[in-house]
Amino acid sequence: MNLKAKSFQIRQDVLDMIYRAKAGHIGGDFSVCDVLVTLYYHVMNVGPDKVNDPNRDRFILSKGHSVESLYCILADCGFFPKSDLETFSQYNSKYIGHPNNKINGIEMNSGSLGHGLPVAVGMALAGKMDNAPYRVYTVMGDGELAEGSVWEGAMAGGHYKLDNLTAIVDRNRLQISGCTEDVMHHDSLDERFGSFGWHVIHAEGNNIDSLIAAFDEAKATKGMPAMIIADTTKGCGVSFMENKAAWHHKVPSAVEYEQGMAELKAKEAAANE
Amino acid sequence: MNKIANKQIICDVLMEHAKDDKDVVVLCSDSRGSSSMTPFADNFPAQFVETGIAEQNLVSIAAGMAACGKKPYVASPACFLSTRSMEQGKVDVAYSHTNVKLIGVSGGVSYGALGMTHHSAQDIATMGSIPGMRVYLPSDRHQTRKLTEALLADTDPAYIRTGRNPVEDVYEEGNVPFEMDKATVVCDGTDITIIACGEMVLAAKQAAQLLAAEGISARVLDMYCIKPLDEAAIVKAAQETKAIITIEEHGPIGGLAGLVAQVVMTSHPVKMAMMTLPDAPCVAGKSQEIFDHYGLNAAGIVAKAKELV
Repeated sequence: MNLKAKSFQIRQDVLDMIYRAKAGHIGGDFSVCDVLVTLYYHVMNVGPDKVNDPNRDRFILSKGHSVESLYCILADCGFFPKSDLETFSQYNSKYIGHPNNKINGIEMNSGSLGHGLPVAVGMALAGKMDNAPYRVYTVMGDGELAEGSVWEGAMAGGHYKLDNLTAIVDRNRLQISGCTEDVMHHDSLDERFGSFGWHVIHAEGNNIDSLIAAFDEAKATKGMPAMIIADTTKGCGVSFMENKAAWHHKVPSAVEYEQGMAELKAKEAAANE
Repeated sequence: MNKIANKQIICDVLMEHAKDDKDVVVLCSDSRGSSSMTPFADNFPAQFVETGIAEQNLVSIAAGMAACGKKPYVASPACFLSTRSMEQGKVDVAYSHTNVKLIGVSGGVSYGALGMTHHSAQDIATMGSIPGMRVYLPSDRHQTRKLTEALLADTDPAYIRTGRNPVEDVYEEGNVPFEMDKATVVCDGTDITIIACGEMVLAAKQAAQLLAAEGISARVLDMYCIKPLDEAAIVKAAQETKAIITIEEHGPIGGLAGLVAQVVMTSHPVKMAMMTLPDAPCVAGKSQEIFDHYGLNAAGIVAKAKELV
């Protein structure tokens, strides 16, 4: 499968969904999109036929506000009909603005930041206890790293040497109030996570090949959990959204929708050439 | 005098089950000693997880384990479990509906002179306000055993508060009436009903005996099931007796008193008195000294009952 083309197709679905619902967190959806595409179409042992398989890999979207990308990928993978997403954020829909485990394919509810890593540690510990073959993945935002519970989880993951656990930081350097380094700086993540007993890997987070190499390295890491710092661009894929904090949860106008869709279609076509 | 604390019974029951069920796991936050779980940790090290002093992590890890098929029992002081990790209880346990049982040990004012940081006179309010979170306050070791057995048989989230010290038995060994989520009628009566939970049940039972000597017939309900509340037993009490007293080791806001009053006022209004700890830091002292200070004892109940009847 051409994962690069897939990621631009998914972004079109996300743009459609957010434009229709007039709600969503498009900037983070687009920065994390390639990480999720790589996980769901290449790395993880998951699928609609495996939702009750005890040996399936486990995934938690800790930065739950990027749920639109996850929904579009799950629908594309066949976990539920794509038409379900027409109800996104509408009255009485289960497709709400954060992950909800009433939806096929979603393991845990999230939305409040700082929960995914500790929960993933619990899943990985259970896997170790049972000597189970599954791996556990969670994606955090970089603004999320200000939550103290992230570091409690990091401490436990390192302490218990959970080499069946891989965490990813969507390092787009922007959060709702602006630049992460101005809000609460997170430089020296290598040293921080390294000192907590994690193997830290850097990846270009909007480059599928770089991500695949990072996930391969994480899988090959023994005796410690892996932390992939994925350097990404918020709003990646649509020129006027890129690196703009305002697009954290802005809804595109009709003109912006048309322009964004045209750019994404062109990029999908180019990736297919 | 019974020498076994309720929390110790929970450990005993879990060890009995852990032998045959490797999915029964216990998690502590440097709290294995304070929660009487050291025997479990020593005997089942492969089924025990230590998180260090990190209650948020403690609860989230338990939820992750439950999502992968484990049956986690989280044992940590009630004061921290019901506040520091309240959001983890809300999101990862109740909202995600994971099979986690949160055991808040040394609850209420058990920690006595250690002060308000260590009191949990708000845990019914905090944990009970979470949609999908059940709340139980067992009264004695015999009921605690029955409750723990019942909880092992279900898969829903729950918060259980126990005290720190051994308490006198309310029930006789071998004769412990217990039906899950139904209040236990400790003694029947026709003039007044005393509804109590946790360590206050014993005081209610003693008060009923004192009242009987004065010709007042008091019914005592052990409302160990705070949520789901046994509303039918409350309505029945309101219809069959002339007044209701609630008594609890909890502040006045969001506890047993308010929950019972909601049922009484919307079904069959009768006179009520609500005996609680104050909405303030409690005085220093041993549990019984604190109870006595605020009139949460048999004599206090008798005095209230006479005012009402």
